Amino acid sequence: MKARVHVMLKNGVLDPQGDAVRHALGAMGFNGVEGVRQGKVIELDLADGSTEADVTAMCEKLLANTVIESYTVEMN
Amino acid sequence: MHAAVVVFPGSNCDRDLAVAFEASGAKVSKVWHKDTEIPEGVDIIGIPGGFSFGDYLRCGAIAANSPICKSVAAHAKRGGYVIGICNGFQVLTETGLLPGALLRNAGLKYICKTVGLKVETASSAFTQGYTAGDVIDIPIAHHDGNYFADDATIARLQGDERIAFTYTDTPNGAKADIAGILSENRRVLGMMPHPERAADAAHGGTDGQALFRALSGALEAV
Repeated sequence: MKARVHVMLKNGVLDPQGDAVRHALGAMGFNGVEGVRQGKVIELDLADGSTEADVTAMCEKLLANTVIESYTVEMN
Repeated sequence: MHAAVVVFPGSNCDRDLAVAFEASGAKVSKVWHKDTEIPEGVDIIGIPGGFSFGDYLRCGAIAANSPICKSVAAHAKRGGYVIGICNGFQVLTETGLLPGALLRNAGLKYICKTVGLKVETASSAFTQGYTAGDVIDIPIAHHDGNYFADDATIARLQGDERIAFTYTDTPNGAKADIAGILSENRRVLGMMPHPERAADAAHGGTDGQALFRALSGALEAV
C-alpha cells in the first residue's frame, strides 16, 4: 500500500520561493496569478497493515516541522 | 572545560569549532552522530555548521533524529550547556531544544559575508564577555537563516531577554532581526553567525573570541 503526504508552509509563514514563482509567471505573461505557495509531496511505500495513524506519527516526528508546516495524509 | 563537538555526515565547521574551543583552553572530544553517549565529564556540546545529511528534507531535520541527539537532549535537560552554530542552530530548533524554525532566506540567495551583530544580553555564559549593546562583526554563511516563530514566541523571547544577538542590518528576513537565541535556562545557545570564524587574528577578525573565552571562564569555575 501507499501513502502520499503533502507538506505545505502554514498560512502566515512567508514563502519566498512561492513568491518568486509568482513573479516569474507574471513576467512570462501569465496574468491573474495572485498567489503561489510551494510545498512538497512525499510518497511512502508501506507494508500491508500500516495505518494512517502510523503515517501521522511519521509526519509529527520527521516529515513535517509543525512549527512552520502543515501536512495532510492520503492513504491509497 | 571539556567540550564535545558532534560530527554529522556533511558537517564542515566541526574542526573550526574544535580549534576555537581549544584556543580558549578547552579539552575537545569529537563525537560521531551514530554514537549514543556523550563522553563522561563533558561540560558543553557544540553542534557545528555545515550541511548535515545534505540538508535533505529540511535543514537539520535528519540530524535532529540521529542517535547522538537523544544524548544531546538529555545533556541539555540535566542543565548541560549546548551551542549550535548555523546548521547546529537548525538542528537545535528541529530537536525542540530551542523554539522556532529557520526558513529559506527571504532573498532566496545563499549569503556569505561578515555582518554586524548587536549583543542583546550579556546575561549568559556565552555572552558575558560582551556588554549589552556592543556591536560585533561576525561572518554568516547560510541559505536558510531566516528565523521564524509565532508572535507569542517572539514576545516571550523578548520579554525573557532570551534574544542573544540581533542583526544590525538583517540580511535574511529573520523576524525581530534575530540572529541567536537562548533557551529558558540560558544554557543552550543557537545562532546563525559563525563566532568560530572570527576567533583568530588570521581570520581577519576576532570578535567571536570573547564568546569562547567567556564560556571557558564560566565553565572552568563550575
